[in-house]
Amino acid sequence: MDYQTPLAKVRGLGSAKAGTGHFWMQRITAITLIPLSLWMVSFTQHLLDASHEEMVVWLAGPLDTILALAWVIAAFYHAALGLQVVIEDYVHTEWVKISSIWLMKLTFLFFAIAAIVALLKISMMG
Amino acid sequence: MVEFTLPKNSVLQKGKEFPAPENATRLKRFEVYRWSPDTGENPRIDIYHIDLDNCGPMVLDAVLKIKNEIDTTLAFRRSCREGVCGSCAMNVNGKNTLVCTKAIEEYEGAIKIFPLPHMDVIKDLVADMTNFFAQYSSIKPWIVTQTPAPADRERLQSKEERKKLDGLYECVLCACCSTSCPSYWWNSDKYLGPAVLLQASRWLEDSRDENAGERLDELEDPYKLYRCHTIMSCTDTCPKGLNPAKAIADIKKLMITRQEG
Repeated sequence: MDYQTPLAKVRGLGSAKAGTGHFWMQRITAITLIPLSLWMVSFTQHLLDASHEEMVVWLAGPLDTILALAWVIAAFYHAALGLQVVIEDYVHTEWVKISSIWLMKLTFLFFAIAAIVALLKISMMG
Repeated sequence: MVEFTLPKNSVLQKGKEFPAPENATRLKRFEVYRWSPDTGENPRIDIYHIDLDNCGPMVLDAVLKIKNEIDTTLAFRRSCREGVCGSCAMNVNGKNTLVCTKAIEEYEGAIKIFPLPHMDVIKDLVADMTNFFAQYSSIKPWIVTQTPAPADRERLQSKEERKKLDGLYECVLCACCSTSCPSYWWNSDKYLGPAVLLQASRWLEDSRDENAGERLDELEDPYKLYRCHTIMSCTDTCPKGLNPAKAIADIKKLMITRQEG
């Protein structure tokens, strides 16, 4: 039997006092990604024509390294925030939800670190 | 997980077709969702034919005619029959509305009437509103103050302050918006939904209330507030022409303002 009142169920454990930061950063990264992605498109265009040596020289330039790093950080951060929302929307078994969110976040963190290390290696060692 | 198919006991079946009245020239076909908890049967669609020359102009008039003259077993909620009480919210041809304010002539062909989507059904067109109204009471829909009211008059409000409540106070809590929201379908146990958040906004905007901070504290939650993904079904469906999506955006703006401002 379930004698808990509807109000007790609705109130549950109360407010998590979180969510605004997530919501705000999703919008900030989205707006940041507009100019950064335009740069990324031009980078990809070069990628199609240039040789490996030319690309390495181009990416090793300070401004391009900074833009590439910024794109990687913003894109992975934005993607992790977005996927978290999708998982929270559709996965309702608590342990599956919590573990899949963290698995996703750690996977993205791993790939972001790999991309950052690759970019720094190119930038510093050519 | 989210269910994308109906459970076996919810799959619709063909129901009864009641004969059309004789000598009628303007017939309208009504396909109505029927389910009774007493029979153990699956829900079915019953078909009724209404003579429009012998019926009021609104969809509610037709539903009442069915109940009064054709099939007395049909269950539904209605009260004011003028869009003020919010009782007769139903899903008509795929869109939630108050059937008392919708003219039959607005629909071409057959009119399909279902209960509000994704709610437990008590019987026929009567949805279980328990969770919805519990969510409403959870936002404390009343004025909260520390300052006592003036001894000789009511709490005053300027015309500008009162104007801020326009577009919010008109909500009749029919739940058309909340039950049209996919995010509410998936997470109505935690997400407050557009109707209740519009009401929360109504109290946040009230110049006489002294409890905005606590109200925002209660709403600051990934589920209670931030399940709104600005899908806009709420605004699209509101039979009172209100804009719950904007009310929710205003709450989010207040959240950002108190953190960043």
